[in-house]
Amino acid sequence: MQNNFVWLIFLLPFLSFLVISLFLKPLFKDKPKLAGYVTIAAVAASFILSVVVLFKLLGAADHKLIVPEINWVIIENGVTIHLGLMIDSLTGIMLMVVTTVSLMVQIYSQGYMKDDPGYHRYYAAMSLFTTAMLGLVMADSLLLAFMFWEMVGLCSYLLIGFWFHKPSAANAAKKAFIVTRIGDFGFLAAIIFLYAHTGTFDIATLQNMAVSGMLAGSVLTWAAIGIFAGAVGKSAQFPLHVWLPDAMEGPTPVSALIHAATMAAAGVFLVARTYPLFEHSATALHTVAIVGGFTAIFAASIALVQNDIKRVLAYSTISQLGYMMLGLATGGVAVGIFHLFNHAFFKALLFLGAGSINHATQTFDMREMGGLRKAMPKTYITFLIAATSLAGIWPLSGFWSKDAILSQALDKQPIIFVLVLITVFMTAFYMFRVIFLTFGGTYRGKEHHLHESFSVMTIPLMVLTVLAVGSGFFNLNGGFSSFFGAGETHSILEGLFGIFKEPLPWISLLLAGSGIFLAYAIYSRKWISAESLGKMFKPLYQLFYHKYWVDELYEGIIVKKILMGGLFKAAHFFDTKVIDGGINTFMIQKVIVKNFFAGLFAFDRKGVDGAVNGVAGTTLAAGKTIRKAQTGQLQFYGLIIGLGVIALIVSVFIFSRV
Amino acid sequence: MTIGLEHYLVLSAILFSIGLYGALAKHNAIVILMSIEIMLSAVNIALIAFSRFIVPAELTGQIFALFAMAVAAAETAVGLAIIISIYRNKETIDANKIDLMKW
Repeated sequence: MQNNFVWLIFLLPFLSFLVISLFLKPLFKDKPKLAGYVTIAAVAASFILSVVVLFKLLGAADHKLIVPEINWVIIENGVTIHLGLMIDSLTGIMLMVVTTVSLMVQIYSQGYMKDDPGYHRYYAAMSLFTTAMLGLVMADSLLLAFMFWEMVGLCSYLLIGFWFHKPSAANAAKKAFIVTRIGDFGFLAAIIFLYAHTGTFDIATLQNMAVSGMLAGSVLTWAAIGIFAGAVGKSAQFPLHVWLPDAMEGPTPVSALIHAATMAAAGVFLVARTYPLFEHSATALHTVAIVGGFTAIFAASIALVQNDIKRVLAYSTISQLGYMMLGLATGGVAVGIFHLFNHAFFKALLFLGAGSINHATQTFDMREMGGLRKAMPKTYITFLIAATSLAGIWPLSGFWSKDAILSQALDKQPIIFVLVLITVFMTAFYMFRVIFLTFGGTYRGKEHHLHESFSVMTIPLMVLTVLAVGSGFFNLNGGFSSFFGAGETHSILEGLFGIFKEPLPWISLLLAGSGIFLAYAIYSRKWISAESLGKMFKPLYQLFYHKYWVDELYEGIIVKKILMGGLFKAAHFFDTKVIDGGINTFMIQKVIVKNFFAGLFAFDRKGVDGAVNGVAGTTLAAGKTIRKAQTGQLQFYGLIIGLGVIALIVSVFIFSRV
Repeated sequence: MTIGLEHYLVLSAILFSIGLYGALAKHNAIVILMSIEIMLSAVNIALIAFSRFIVPAELTGQIFALFAMAVAAAETAVGLAIIISIYRNKETIDANKIDLMKW
């Protein structure tokens, strides 16, 4: 079939993973660069194929491609599990996001990971991650999606803990794995629940059932909430957001690819993929909207006061993922995914920029930065554009998708709308706080040679800058939305300026502008002292700085008190006393059985084993005694011979006399 | 008192026993070698006595004794060589300390 090449999109990175780990690592240890080239080549090929897929989709009638599927598991009179790919507009967009960002990150890593002893391992895991992520966006059944979903989680674990000799990194990896697992449990439960009710794992079939009303009521709501639980874990929504900031312990390109642009967005993708299930359950949609909106402002408030540049970006990611969830809940797939699409580029750019800064200053602490504008002009300009885009300034990409979400939220969830409007102000403030602290002023760190990064690192930054500026323009004529079958197309000029007929864009721009101005006043001009402001709002500052004490709550109360102290202890007691005790008593009562076994046991030990061991033991003991005769003393032998002769003579005399 | 065959045989037995005792009980290897010579002499006496008293017409026993003496001389020469060799290796000729064939 003509569409079979689609399989290659995720098989090529998998091939790269196999080649690196089985072939390059053992045989070409001294040529680590090869691993990077193999990965880049594989991802570049996937990227080209993804572009082909996108154009085919644009040409196809209902924006769908049919790819032949394989019967994977067939159980007689029972389950048949298909292995198939679902290629529609959502997949097309996600393929572009994943392959583009992945390609840029792989190229950038050649510079960033230079001379790292784990170079092979790094690229092997990155290839595997790309495989899993591409597989996830193309999977046509929930079961297959779940497998790739877990693979993605595994790669995230491997890469967060990449520098596993650092205890903080090892702990962060474990935390990420366990926290997301809580959400995954909900996802798995939803898959089983849906299968029990409908008898299928197929996503398209489930979508049709939801649309036609065959799947409705509380069943639909619970299934949707279960899937959303998985999304909450992966996309770090409140209350499972705690792992993402810690995940910044991994290498920075990993943070850019996995914990900002792609994997963290997988939760949003999953909700979009099963969107009809949510659409037909008001409760589920409300839940998504509330969790998303709350997470947006919650994480943004924490980002206001963090000193670590990557942590600011991490909380910013959580906040923006909240926006996407809200966008999905209020405006549908097109709105939510449009923000995902734009966010992926500028957030990856911000993270790679932070990595470039780290390369020069050897730190992520913004208190030890400052004045980097002169030393790193390329990093500065690209970072500034990405931050402006994230702040939502017209006409950069962030503005378009954020505005779409805001206007949809105003229609459907007015209370949450107020929250996210405040978040717009916060976003602009914290991003420009980062800009002024790192690039403005004078250098505050230790004496160090500041330099611009290698061009292998700055070129991906520039490519992503183009996308961060331009990705919003894809919807200028409504093209992005209509690709998802929503809205109508209109002229580009209408798209570019028509939006200002409404009051909302003015308000959000005003808020973003005042956020930028406040950051300028505090951190650049120092008209207002940051310290005195911190003292004035001390309780609030403490609350934000300590991240609402959520980590402490989880660690101290849930893990230590409830699980360790209560539940595990009770389980241990139950196991030793009740189960073991019960079984032992039962056995004693069955005296006959016990005696029978004891008899057999005794016969075996004493009868069979005894005979065998007895023969061996006797021989051994005899040898031990008799070998004493071999003294090595020639005279002793002579004596024995003499005595023997005498004995012979005596016996001859005795017997011949008879 | 007529000296008969029994007297010779008793002398031979006494000498043999002295030799046997020396060969079994002495520590010095050279003394052991000497004791073996005594035992051979005792055997020679017995041989000649039997020859003289049982077949006086023939000299088989005497000739046998001459052969035994020649062999004994050779045996002593070889034995002494072995003892010297042992002494060079172990710096002792104490028979109790030569026990390489021990278990």
